[in-house]
Amino acid sequence: MGYFEMAKTAIKTVMSRPATLMYPARPGKMTTLSRGHVVIDVSRCISCGMCMKKCPAEALCVDKEAKTWTIDRLRCVVCNSCIEVCPVHCLTMEGHYSSAVLAHSGLETFTITYVKPERPKKNESGEPAEA
Amino acid sequence: MSKKIVVPFGPQHPVLPEPIHLDLVLEDETVIDVVPSIGYIHRGLETLVAKREFTEYVYVAERTCGICSFIHGMTYCQGVEQIMDLEIPARAHYLRTIWSEYSRLHSHLLWLGLFADAMGFENLFMNSWRLREFVLDVLEETTGGRVIQGSCKVGGVRRDISDEKLAAMAGDLKSFETELSDLSEVFLHDDSLKSRLVGVGTLSRTDAYDLGAAGPVARGSGVAIDLRKTGYAAYRELRFEPATESAGDCYARCAVRIRELFSSIDLIRQAVETMPEGEIEVKVKGMPDGEYFSRSEQPRGELVHYLKGNGTKHLVRSRIRTPTLTNVPSLVKMLQGCELADVPVIVLSIDPCIGCMER
Repeated sequence: MGYFEMAKTAIKTVMSRPATLMYPARPGKMTTLSRGHVVIDVSRCISCGMCMKKCPAEALCVDKEAKTWTIDRLRCVVCNSCIEVCPVHCLTMEGHYSSAVLAHSGLETFTITYVKPERPKKNESGEPAEA
Repeated sequence: MSKKIVVPFGPQHPVLPEPIHLDLVLEDETVIDVVPSIGYIHRGLETLVAKREFTEYVYVAERTCGICSFIHGMTYCQGVEQIMDLEIPARAHYLRTIWSEYSRLHSHLLWLGLFADAMGFENLFMNSWRLREFVLDVLEETTGGRVIQGSCKVGGVRRDISDEKLAAMAGDLKSFETELSDLSEVFLHDDSLKSRLVGVGTLSRTDAYDLGAAGPVARGSGVAIDLRKTGYAAYRELRFEPATESAGDCYARCAVRIRELFSSIDLIRQAVETMPEGEIEVKVKGMPDGEYFSRSEQPRGELVHYLKGNGTKHLVRSRIRTPTLTNVPSLVKMLQGCELADVPVIVLSIDPCIGCMER
């Protein structure tokens, strides 16, 4: 019966449900650790540039003067390096993939809205002023 | 004597997952000589070592290959750790071993599927890949990446696996093993497969040794070389025997890989049982100064990462030698004297990974 070794598995797979998901009608599998795309919280970014320095794909650009954070979605290899080094944890990893982009339009620029709180100055009465 | 003709095979060919070009010199239907040529997808990853910090290069090293990516990252990290005299925690060694073995499962199942596809056995191909999906799901749940895990770092690993998850992983392997047994029955005992594999592309033990064959190609010819026996990561504390076959044909190489699948399952179980508690990484201080040949066993054979540092944050040289490169001379030997129709199966039987080979 050497020619029918596959029969058992073949019958089993015919009788069972399909192994594939009918995506996108049914959502794809995703875990809590899945790496989809990098998301920035612009209200917390302090423009330190650590993510830019540690990016192995050179996909990030932080402009301190213009207060922008730019990511090239086509260069980004979703390695999680920027998220690990961010000192204020303003970068997070979303499980879903970012939507498809055309060549030359993979750049996404975000304007950083973080405002450095002023140091509380001591006024003449000795009480700290509101920041 | 009949006329010789040259038939080009590849770099684009239905059975080839990756580009390699072979000029087949034919006499009638028999291949009498082969001239291989490579160089279609060189990416210059080794040069990047001088432009990325040594701690970031692990991401690049991992992307050398799209299948055994974790083992590339691990071999690179081992090399840097040896240069810097870093002693990494035992738990990190065990976690690395578990992920390596899952990578081996996924690589071998991928190969079995492609191999079945090369022979025109579509159903077997799809079933191999269906099983592979189970392995990829475990990798994604534990590391966050299906193929590029990114969980290895210089000084240890980035992620721990909880004890409950480890126990669940060991439990799930039971049903996986049953399905794998059904699959391996087909590969090893189906007559139509045997007629395509037995006695095809034979490589003698002496040739395998002299031509520097690596991994399942060497072990299929009876050369019991398995780098895991050198005891890197946690392998020195786990029991296993290298799977060897003596026939040296395509069937023997297939049988070696199937036996390795079961030995990988056993290794994962042993590692889960004896997993030590403790830290998963150590702090990296200083810069690497020195050189090291880091070796490990990929699913395809021996992988070598040569690393050299000069005390700065950039290494000065990285040289990666992958098992496919050392298996090409053996492939040429196997193809000499075979029939033209058997060429795709024989080429696939060395499990060529050209992306890895050209880096």
